[in-house]
Amino acid sequence: MPIYAALIYGEDADWSDPAYAEQTSEYAAFGEAAAAVLRGGAALQPTHTATTIAVAGGRGGDMVTADGPFAETKEVLGGFYLIEAADLDEAIAWSAQIPGAWHGKIEVRPVLPM
Amino acid sequence: MSDVPPRPADVAEILRVEGGRALASLVRTLGDLQLAEDALHDAVVTALERWPRDGVPRTPAAWLTVVARNRARDRLRRESHRSDKEEAAMRLLEPDDGPERPPSESMIDDDVLRLIFTCCHPALAPETRVALSLRTLCGLTTEEIARAFLVTDTTMAQRLVRAKKKIAVAAIPYRVPADHELPDRMPAVLNVIYTVFSEGHTASAGDKLVRVDLCDEAIRLARVLWALLPDEADVMGLLALLLLTDARRATRVDAHGDLVLLADQDRAQWDQARIAEGAALATHALRRSVGHAGPYVLQAGIAATHATAPSFAATDWAQIEAFYAMLEAVTPTPVVALNHAVAVAEVHGPQAGLALVDTISGLDQYHLWHATRADLLRRLDRRDEAADAYQRALALDLSGPERRFLLARLATLTAPG
Repeated sequence: MPIYAALIYGEDADWSDPAYAEQTSEYAAFGEAAAAVLRGGAALQPTHTATTIAVAGGRGGDMVTADGPFAETKEVLGGFYLIEAADLDEAIAWSAQIPGAWHGKIEVRPVLPM
Repeated sequence: MSDVPPRPADVAEILRVEGGRALASLVRTLGDLQLAEDALHDAVVTALERWPRDGVPRTPAAWLTVVARNRARDRLRRESHRSDKEEAAMRLLEPDDGPERPPSESMIDDDVLRLIFTCCHPALAPETRVALSLRTLCGLTTEEIARAFLVTDTTMAQRLVRAKKKIAVAAIPYRVPADHELPDRMPAVLNVIYTVFSEGHTASAGDKLVRVDLCDEAIRLARVLWALLPDEADVMGLLALLLLTDARRATRVDAHGDLVLLADQDRAQWDQARIAEGAALATHALRRSVGHAGPYVLQAGIAATHATAPSFAATDWAQIEAFYAMLEAVTPTPVVALNHAVAVAEVHGPQAGLALVDTISGLDQYHLWHATRADLLRRLDRRDEAADAYQRALALDLSGPERRFLLARLATLTAPG
């Protein structure tokens, strides 16, 4: 069965902040409900903790390090799940139950099989 | 097999229509749209050799399906490197229960319905759904679709390749949605058919012949869908709306290509058979959905009232006004509100209509809002205001026929008397 990445976009949040306790418990409930189809996932620290790196001039070139995320946007990638589903409809149905679907948006992308 | 050799043009038409049904069946067996298209192409080549000589088989889609499956098997055997997907298709193609049986007509019908919902899946962009449906369900070539939508062949080919890739890679399913999912999924399907029709109906540019074909294709698709989902009032309403609109096709423009208003159209030239069929369907759809009629059903009701009126003056405007009021409740857009106001003007007079028109906001850039105001002001003999409104409409982007019409109206205001 195909695996889909459900990428969660929304506000740039620090999930450990007690202000987000309600949302985190929503996520805990989703994790339990979807346990049978979840194949992985993570919540990410806020973008002010991000470092973006690139190697200039091809492999072995100079590494350039910059503070901050790849792109400065209002809605940011805050976490993701890997969902195993029979088809896109099933993946969409699960994704619609991720709290990020009502706090922000979910991008569903099939994972390239390796 | 029939006894009389068929004409080549008939063979081509049968292949196009039945090829679409065979494709639907092949997608189920092969699990991949591109592989199915390639296999069908091989089968069509064989049919073009044999049918003109031997006659058209009694069940052409089933014949094409069996030949295409055999060709697909040959193709897959020849290729030493196969993807997992093709391995899976190969296994599906090896029948465990003796010689291969052709699919029954009802199995093929079910497959067509599945393919309709795949092509109209909400995960595909709206314009892609339309193009993909024309390619797979109607059997139009990429070039024909590109011409119809005024894009280059390359652009259209890329759009179609991408769509097929997304269907395969993201595993957009090939199935009819469950009953509880239908309300979510049906609008996209109906919208695709409606878009195909309006492309054919309203376009003033491009190849006329292809455009007209789009109207026929949309009606054919709506008929297929209705045959498969005979209880859906919205499908019935859409088919009725298309038939009733199409019945007036010949009278919408005059010999110079100028727009003819409904009031001035020659009703003797309307296609009475289409009107009778469309009006009966509209009545049926309205009865089935009392209290919760959808937008296509209500628009079909409006079109039926117009089409069955003996003359413009004898039109049942009260009925039309009632339909527009319901339509405005379901789809509260400024354009529907404007149409409602026009109907109100016919029932309760231009003053009442104008009062409503002036409450609609957001149509400053829409020439028909200005043109409607202008017409109502003209009828109230407020000539200066009417002339001003015509000028505002003329300042906007208009097609040639529309511009000529408004200029002619403006001229009557400034003429003496």
